[in-house]
Amino acid sequence: MSKLLTVSPSPHVHSSESTQKIMLRVVYAMIPAMLWGIYMFGLDAVRVGLISILSCLAIEFLIQKYIMKVKPSITDGSALITGVLLAFNVPVSLPWWIIIIGAIAAMGVGKLSFGGLGSNVFNPALVGRVFLLISFPVQMTSWPATRMMSVDSVSAATPLAVIKEGIKNGIPVSQLQGLPDLSDMAIGFNNGSMGEISAILLIIGGLYMLWKKVITWQTPVSIILTVLVVSGIFWLINPEMYVNPVYHVITGGLMLGAIFMATDMVTSPMTGKGQLIYGVGIGLITISIRMFGAYPEGISFAILIMNAFVPLINMYVKPKRFGGQ
Amino acid sequence: MLKTFKIGGVHPPENKLSKDKKIEVLPLPKTVFIPVAQHIGAPATPVVKKGDEVKVGQVIAQSSSFVSTNIHSSVSGKVTKVDFSADSSGYPKQGIFIAVDGDEWIEGIDRSEDLVKEISVDGPEIVKKIQEAGIVGLGGATFPTHVKLVPPKGMKAEVLLINGVECEPYLTSDHRLMLEKADEIMVGIQLLMKAMGVDKAVIGIENNKPDAIKLLNEKCSAYKGVSVQPLKVQYPQGGEKQLINAVTGKEVPSGALPIAVGAVVSNVGTAFAVYEAIQKNKPLFERVVTVTGKGLEKPSNFLVRVGTATSELIEAAGGVPENTGKIISGGPMMGRAIASLDVPVTKGTSGLLLIQEEESKREEIQACIRCSRCTSVCPMGLEPYLLMTLGEKQIFDRAENERIMDCIECGSCSYTCPSSRPLLDYIRFGKGKVGAMIRSRKK
Repeated sequence: MSKLLTVSPSPHVHSSESTQKIMLRVVYAMIPAMLWGIYMFGLDAVRVGLISILSCLAIEFLIQKYIMKVKPSITDGSALITGVLLAFNVPVSLPWWIIIIGAIAAMGVGKLSFGGLGSNVFNPALVGRVFLLISFPVQMTSWPATRMMSVDSVSAATPLAVIKEGIKNGIPVSQLQGLPDLSDMAIGFNNGSMGEISAILLIIGGLYMLWKKVITWQTPVSIILTVLVVSGIFWLINPEMYVNPVYHVITGGLMLGAIFMATDMVTSPMTGKGQLIYGVGIGLITISIRMFGAYPEGISFAILIMNAFVPLINMYVKPKRFGGQ
Repeated sequence: MLKTFKIGGVHPPENKLSKDKKIEVLPLPKTVFIPVAQHIGAPATPVVKKGDEVKVGQVIAQSSSFVSTNIHSSVSGKVTKVDFSADSSGYPKQGIFIAVDGDEWIEGIDRSEDLVKEISVDGPEIVKKIQEAGIVGLGGATFPTHVKLVPPKGMKAEVLLINGVECEPYLTSDHRLMLEKADEIMVGIQLLMKAMGVDKAVIGIENNKPDAIKLLNEKCSAYKGVSVQPLKVQYPQGGEKQLINAVTGKEVPSGALPIAVGAVVSNVGTAFAVYEAIQKNKPLFERVVTVTGKGLEKPSNFLVRVGTATSELIEAAGGVPENTGKIISGGPMMGRAIASLDVPVTKGTSGLLLIQEEESKREEIQACIRCSRCTSVCPMGLEPYLLMTLGEKQIFDRAENERIMDCIECGSCSYTCPSSRPLLDYIRFGKGKVGAMIRSRKK
């Protein structure tokens, strides 16, 4: 035998798992909610989705190739996820150029300025969304009507915006106008951004990711339970002033945030215990913003704030070591 | 629910290609190279020189300290030189070259197949004979067995755990030995129990070997104090600490030996070697080696004399297939890739694995996506991604605090990483440095 043998340290076999496969599973999990968005909002949803995805891919490619001068990694699937998530988080009526600005904020500032995949502290899609929310408050809060609404209504408020108005003006919950049924909201007949409206389809996507071990249960469950418990306490004290806690859980992108954004591997804690702390933190901040803050929603800010604590959580929350101490 | 260890673990494809192949005696080689360091501890000192005639079973290198052991000739013939040659580590190691001539054994070895059940020696005598027979842990760690049997002052052994787990994919040598030498292993276990002064032994076997579990279970009725514990298939269950945890539920404290929780672990192969040493008066100079691989013509289990070149075993299994990319001494998770087919079989060689070209190359390293899979599979509850970074950035004091020395180098982290990161490579580097730091502090 004349051929040289490969010599490398163990292990000599590897699982068939790859970064790209994991990312694609996240994309598959988002397909039900995406199709529902297209069904409810029509071609406008397709337009927003395509612009967002293509601009995220293009921006990553251009920055990596011409500014960072590294091999572009757009095939790993992570830019695709950011593109879909950004589209999920904005009104489908958003002008094309605002979407591109959002993509620049998401990819350029949120991800690549930190060094790219794996190095970013904040969820890139949320960086993009919050940047747009602060910069273009009018366009970012004008929600076009869904196919379920009468033809003459061009736009409508989201359920949480209705609730927020009620809290601000002291209107009792029972007299609020335009609050849809809970069951309608769970299925996704309410208004909002393309990806957030159907709680049930988002949960189906989440269960798929749990089954495929892309996410763990700790983050979504702790967020949802915290929101349920805290808003439930307020509701029990004064049901006239505060809505049924289930509203909080199935509206305002809470499911989207809890299942798809807070669970982002790169920006969430490494241990189950850490994820519980992180999830409870997100839940508390979300409900505080919704009840006492200026914005009707709050999950985006809550996730970004808790993202900043992740390195600290990783530093102090350690896995259970074998052999004690 | 089957028992298994509590933290981490992976389940790679088992690929036990040779599990139904009976143990065959490999024909005698023409020459052997017998290294004097085949165990953990001090190398033995050669006691033969060029030109000496030796017989099978004769001591050719003498144990040089307590943690060391004798080396015996595995063949009869003439010593051609005492020189250095590469072993599976790739480094030149001192050893004895013998040109084989016939097969003449020293006096006193019982070469019959008859089972000798009656134990006629006492505990200390057993330990002494084990030491003389050059017996080391045959699972791969090669720690001298007599050292384990004598607990440090103030500690007491309560239970003997016999490792029949064979959690490495591909390997089947322990499996075959359990099927073909069940009674001998049982007597070996009795001998070890007597040497340790314990009355309880548990054989841990993974559930992918139902035939071995069934057979040994049947044998247990005839041997007092021995039982079989079937275990869920999970790598690295054959690791000493993991096996103790799986069977007894106890955790060996960080930095401590198994005896701290009253356990001593021995491999089934070791139990068999103990039987042969005491009941048959036969020192350790041959062992069962699995030769396997997906492209190999005849995956086999061979009974091989120590010192036989790798090439002889592979020839007997059908030769090196065309597209072989890597040859491993041991299993795919913890074995060592060897650079040459001249590397000899030693006491610790459990198998030879031929890996095909396409599987032998590593994938391109990608960025860590913090998926935490490495953390969740680590059987020691460590954070491999962090230890890798600390190794890479050479922050060794922090690495020590993060318990880098607890790493058992099982490779579960590197196996599972979706970004193909060389986690264990950097952790080994870090362990080397931290180990040196700790030793210099003790001075």
